[in-house]
Amino acid sequence: MAMSLSKVKKQRRMSISEAHNRVKNLAWTPSYAQEALKYPTDYKFSKAPKDTMKQVLRSYFNMQEEKDDRVFGAMDAALRGNMFRNAQPRWIEWMKLFLGIIPFPEISAARSMAMLSNVVPNDELKNGYAFQMIDEFRHSTIQMNLKKWYMENYIDPAGFDITQRAFGHCYATTIGRQFGEGFITGDAITAANIYLQIVAETAFTNTLFVAMPSEASANGDYALPTIFLSVQSDESRHINNGYGTLMMVLGEPDNHDLLERDIRYAFWQNHCIVDAAVGSIIEYGTKDRRKDKESYVDLWERWVYDDYYRSYLAPLEKYGLKIHHDDIEAAWNRLTKGKYVHKVAQFFATGWPVNFWRIDPLDEYDFEWFEKKYPGWYKEFGKWWEHYRELSTPGNDPIAFADVGYVYPHRCWSCLVPCVIREDMVVDEVDGQLYTYCSEQCRWTHKVAFSDNYNGRPTPAMGKFSGKRQWEEVYHGWDLADIIKHMGFVRPDGKTLVPQPHLHFDDQKMWTLDDVKGYEFKSPIVTLREMTPEQREKHIEEYHAGFTIH
Amino acid sequence: MSEAQTTAEAHAKKFSGSNSRKFNYFEPKGRRATLYEDVTVDVQPDPERYLLQDWIISWADGKPAYAEEWTKIESSDWHAFRDPNGEWERNHYIRQSSIEKQVALTIESAQQEGVFQNIDKTWRKVIQDHFSASKHAEYGLGMVFLQAQRDGMSQMINNATLVNSSDKLRYAQDITLYLMDLAKDLKELNEDAGKENWLNNPVWQETRRVTESFAAINKDWAEQVFAVNLIFEPLVGELFRSGFIMQFAASHGDYVTPAIVSTAEADYERNLAYSVEMFNTFLSDPIYGDNNKNVTQEWMKKYVPMCVEAANQLQPIWSQPRVKVSTFSDAYNRAKERFNSILGQINIKIPEGVKL
Repeated sequence: MAMSLSKVKKQRRMSISEAHNRVKNLAWTPSYAQEALKYPTDYKFSKAPKDTMKQVLRSYFNMQEEKDDRVFGAMDAALRGNMFRNAQPRWIEWMKLFLGIIPFPEISAARSMAMLSNVVPNDELKNGYAFQMIDEFRHSTIQMNLKKWYMENYIDPAGFDITQRAFGHCYATTIGRQFGEGFITGDAITAANIYLQIVAETAFTNTLFVAMPSEASANGDYALPTIFLSVQSDESRHINNGYGTLMMVLGEPDNHDLLERDIRYAFWQNHCIVDAAVGSIIEYGTKDRRKDKESYVDLWERWVYDDYYRSYLAPLEKYGLKIHHDDIEAAWNRLTKGKYVHKVAQFFATGWPVNFWRIDPLDEYDFEWFEKKYPGWYKEFGKWWEHYRELSTPGNDPIAFADVGYVYPHRCWSCLVPCVIREDMVVDEVDGQLYTYCSEQCRWTHKVAFSDNYNGRPTPAMGKFSGKRQWEEVYHGWDLADIIKHMGFVRPDGKTLVPQPHLHFDDQKMWTLDDVKGYEFKSPIVTLREMTPEQREKHIEEYHAGFTIH
Repeated sequence: MSEAQTTAEAHAKKFSGSNSRKFNYFEPKGRRATLYEDVTVDVQPDPERYLLQDWIISWADGKPAYAEEWTKIESSDWHAFRDPNGEWERNHYIRQSSIEKQVALTIESAQQEGVFQNIDKTWRKVIQDHFSASKHAEYGLGMVFLQAQRDGMSQMINNATLVNSSDKLRYAQDITLYLMDLAKDLKELNEDAGKENWLNNPVWQETRRVTESFAAINKDWAEQVFAVNLIFEPLVGELFRSGFIMQFAASHGDYVTPAIVSTAEADYERNLAYSVEMFNTFLSDPIYGDNNKNVTQEWMKKYVPMCVEAANQLQPIWSQPRVKVSTFSDAYNRAKERFNSILGQINIKIPEGVKL
């Protein structure tokens, strides 16, 4: 017999809190076989904090499906509304780089939840890691789908079509790999909790996933904001996981040294990498030059300095942690006085022939905006960008090889961003080998944080820098045309380059392999290592002094 | 934008590359790349394919971020495997959400109709003690896959394993929430009894032992997929779900429990499909196929006896319901047939001396 309406109304709905209490009880302490400790950590764990999100999969899946419905509906609407009629190609071109990188760090974050789940003895948090794992699967595949969508609907698909190959080959995506591989290797807590959750997700996803969508909208791109704001709405879960995990290690005084090391390494490297990439895209990928628009440093001050550093990081000191306030100050100074983002963007534009996206020359509106937001910008960068514009037609030397006064930079062994703030470059030896670093903090990262011990205690779980870390070394002595062919950055006609230093969609104006033949590429670090001590000293002195654009 | 250019729409101009609108860096499995392949293939890079500079951060022992030696399986092309389910985030959420809605609706409707009070008392106890105990096995396997998805050698392998984890954890939670709802209507139902049985009742101890042994496997993700999906599931997991719950529930006035269990059976069909495809790829590898066959033989020698023991220990449960719909022996015979048929699908045999 059907239940009466009054009885139905009296029925209790699912209480998330009650449900969560039961779900966390699914785990048990094994007694027949101990779970393998698959991933190393030097951290110790104390009493369990609570997972304040209290989520269960029943409500989660429904909520995510609803979010997806909105995302995919918006993408259809964008096409019906002819979004690409008004979208700025300058912006979409940079999406070839951004979306070339980001799906890998996202899926790496999913993988890293295995590491936390393995080492953190807390069933409530393990439940949270499972949600994060599925979220990150969402992010990686939804971003790949967005990239495919751009490829299918934007005027120039070249660069999107080779995307994952390009990700493995490009000098710029190496920087993104340093970011993503940082989540999945070495000490499980260093990698997946501090580097990923406490710093990348808590501090920097706002610049990645909030500031970037805002700039996309200003450039007529409604698809990226729809997807990335939806992605960002999952981040509170991850920030919560991060904080819960941090509370488990914070209670052990033995961990404080390691936390100091890891927060320092993670903050500095996130600053170097995320600010380089997102800063360049937001400032140089936009056509929106409204004077009242916030600059990247304005956004950084709000999201990273105020919301993260002052409200989240600094208060951790009350637990006895040492926070390197001077590093936050140093990052701020690099962004403002050091004009870090502008120097990185200049480097990306210098390297245009080995990109897989186009970089549009700047115009007078751009110059005016930069000068207003960053007084002194034109004096330092204006002439170089004028050269870039003049040299953007085939038949000229590629700007990296033209005599404009620019000196191709050394690359930082730690963060893999070039040492663009010349006076900050540091050279040091580790295990008898010479390395270059963009900053003292990056030197410390390689030599101290990533060594076998820290403050006199062994740190056997810490990862190691490996591989052919410097892209330039791989192609030392190669001809530029051969490098581009080897990377596969050539269009289907077999001669026209994928990258172009302009937005002309016209074969007559596009560079081909013939235009870049005969330029020998040199690796700065190989050259530096080949020098005599005297030559090297002189070279470093000159490098610190910087360069003058003719 | 160039002066003459007024639109960024596809095909607005013709130039080199303007028609290159497909990802061109991998070979699709079929004639055309599927959406699943487009959003999956090569997202996890590989020095054997496009990772020019190799992995740039290693583990403390010098092993790369993804190390072949973590599994005994060898492959001449880790990227050959494609998940036949083609799951990515969009269809994953649609599927999981549909299941959750269906389960919630079934329970809600049963509550409104007062169905739970009509469930046979002996069967209520089976649900309380044994169906509830099984949620811990499902959860344990979900956590095994959660960790296995870190270490596979391609994005396709790891995403399939990730989805498997999501399925298992969802089902374990669904049982948990179902019991919570049941306990609202059946005041005598003890929600803690399942865990108590899981931890202490002899009938569940071999199942717990084998579940724990899967979590004790150190980094061999392929061993975990093989042992769970190709050995444990047909011999133990499916034996209990299909061979017992699905057979007995209706005769005891219970249509809700089978509706929930059927979602796990559908999950398993999918997870079996990817596991069969994955191991067919490994076992037919032109270079390493024979090695891989030997490896799977060793795994069978280790896990088949454990799973057979676990299955046999469950036997007393078949005699607990009031209506004897079928015998353990019938159910186990069907499980053996299923297991043999799975081995047939990947073209391997039970090692000599290993008895079912």
